[in-house]
Amino acid sequence: MSILVQPNTKFIVQGITGDFGGRHAKLSLDYGSGLVAGVTPGKGGLTFEYSTYRVPIFNTVREAVAATGATVSVVFVPPPFAGDAILEAVDADLDLVVAITEGIPVRDMVRVKQAMQGRKTRLLGPNCPGIVTPGIGENSKGGCRIGISPGYIHKKGHVGVVSRSGTLTYEAVYQLTVKNIGQTTCVGIGGDPVNGTSHLDVIKLFNADPETHGIILIGEIGGNAEVEAARWIKANCKKPVAGFIAGATAPAGRRMGHAGAIVGGAEDTAAAKIAVFKECGIEIATTPSDMADALVRAAKAKGVTLS
Amino acid sequence: MNIHEYQAKALFEKFGVPVPKGAAAKSAEEFDAALGQLADAAIVVKSQIHAGGRGKGTFTDGFKGGVKFCKTKNDAKIVAGKMLGNTLVTIQTGPDGRKVQTVYFTQASDIKKEYYLAILLDRATSRPVIVASTEGGVEIEKVAHDTPEKIFKVHIDPAYGLGDYQIRQLIYALELTPTEGKNATKLIKNLYRMYWETDAAMVEVNPMITTPDDQVLALDAKVSFDANALYRHPEITALRDLAEEDSKEIEASKFNLSYIALDGNIACLVNGAGLAMSTMDIIKHFGGNPANFLDVGGGASKDQVVAAFKIILGDPKVKGIFVNIFGGIMDCNVIATGIVAAVKEVGLSIPLVVRLEGNNVAMGKQALADSGLTIVNGDTMADAAQKIVKLVA
Repeated sequence: MSILVQPNTKFIVQGITGDFGGRHAKLSLDYGSGLVAGVTPGKGGLTFEYSTYRVPIFNTVREAVAATGATVSVVFVPPPFAGDAILEAVDADLDLVVAITEGIPVRDMVRVKQAMQGRKTRLLGPNCPGIVTPGIGENSKGGCRIGISPGYIHKKGHVGVVSRSGTLTYEAVYQLTVKNIGQTTCVGIGGDPVNGTSHLDVIKLFNADPETHGIILIGEIGGNAEVEAARWIKANCKKPVAGFIAGATAPAGRRMGHAGAIVGGAEDTAAAKIAVFKECGIEIATTPSDMADALVRAAKAKGVTLS
Repeated sequence: MNIHEYQAKALFEKFGVPVPKGAAAKSAEEFDAALGQLADAAIVVKSQIHAGGRGKGTFTDGFKGGVKFCKTKNDAKIVAGKMLGNTLVTIQTGPDGRKVQTVYFTQASDIKKEYYLAILLDRATSRPVIVASTEGGVEIEKVAHDTPEKIFKVHIDPAYGLGDYQIRQLIYALELTPTEGKNATKLIKNLYRMYWETDAAMVEVNPMITTPDDQVLALDAKVSFDANALYRHPEITALRDLAEEDSKEIEASKFNLSYIALDGNIACLVNGAGLAMSTMDIIKHFGGNPANFLDVGGGASKDQVVAAFKIILGDPKVKGIFVNIFGGIMDCNVIATGIVAAVKEVGLSIPLVVRLEGNNVAMGKQALADSGLTIVNGDTMADAAQKIVKLVA
């Protein structure tokens, strides 16, 4: 098994007729993932055509779900409308909604999170690269790619990767794949200050997944999500974990691209987070080039086989 | 996006948050008109820059204090004349300081006691939080560290809004008298309404004061806004003061590039915020010093790359460039073509190390190799970082 999504997961794309959503819908189809429908209000009844694929477009998420049995949605809708799009997926009782959109106002997300209380849907993101469960085909094809990650860098295997940053996730995944170490699932939780699924939520899922033998946890300056995850790992997780924190050289008080990556106090600096990681038995990647190696070291120390 | 104190106070007034009477002036000719709006009593003259620590700051000509108490309007006029156009250095401005382009005259208030009040997002709960303290007018970080029991917080349910019971909790915690409490209720209620309706990122009032006649006033005002929400607030977007921002950062924002100037000499051009931050980190790790943070984002075009190069090379401190691209979304060939075009356009004379990986990487590398330019190839981030550090050393 892997976590959250499987190769046979059926999903829809909200905003499939936009440039961004359309481009990545095609890449997901190329990867062999279960994209079954698109949603764009006003374009219901049309078809998203690519190669030999004919993906039906619906006006609403509920219609798309009723017609296809999809359980997951991915949101590519522009920022002013993205919060509403997320809630439409929640309203349709999907298992998971993955919000790729970058630049959603914080107030919108505060309201969305509040409205999601008590609902069954899990949110991944926003401002995230999405999720990939690699497949067994050539270049990991046949897996489930939801979002904007490059599929071909993956390889099916036993390492879980969780990160706030897209490109750093790719970096870690690529390092693993080059070493012939595959992944169960790679999860981008997004770089915004208000997001859905946290580092800790994903760590718990990886910990419970028997196929996942080791975990790479990639964090950033700002907030305390990494610290929360690290403390839980210390108390509950026996699997080898490697960690990296980006932003050691970021000046205090400056927003470094990700709205969440801003140092507010002494507790959310890179140094403070790295200290907690060490205290919790997480192997530190000293540079971003060291992420896969760090996990190999951690696995060796625990006598765990990664591949 | 930050705004000046005088702009924040005008917003406060609009939302019914009581502030001392004040008026701003952008030139010496405006001093009389501004002072004419105030009573003939003591006045505080405040330099308007986007940085804290103004009171303890020093101007580059040696004049001390960016915030001054003056007994008369005439004194205020003299002091304002010394501040306006002068450059103020505070603990937050860096050694270069900031030029004071506006002064703000406010009626001096009789202070009974100072308090701290702020509203911001609590990331742990994804809810707005009001933070208040009996220790106002001092550094709140120090209060939080030394006497955490003097800091009070209420978290606000975004669906219900700020409850009256929560305001009462704060008022009792701050030990206000009934009349003060009544006045503080109005202030807190309206301040929260402003925070919420304007999409503020943070509203800080330090100090909030009580006066001998039990009035409650916001004596200072620091307000910043969520940049992602500015599209729905044109009246707030209009408050942006470009003079307070780095000219290169403004130029970058025109091309949707996220750029932040730093002190080092190795410029970075990276896609993705996390990778950009860790590129700075790895340069430092191998003994170099990053000159900037530059995230070209997910879908960088050739024009953006050319613009990014021009911005980077506009910094005279830059002695080398490190391009680090992991093309997940973007095509490495687009980046490579952009780099070649940019280098040819600007005539590069300093070392350039490029590390390309990802989507269409073979074509990208080929484009660089075929360009005839002196571009050093880096295989991994570590390899590339070591190469650029060595080249600029």
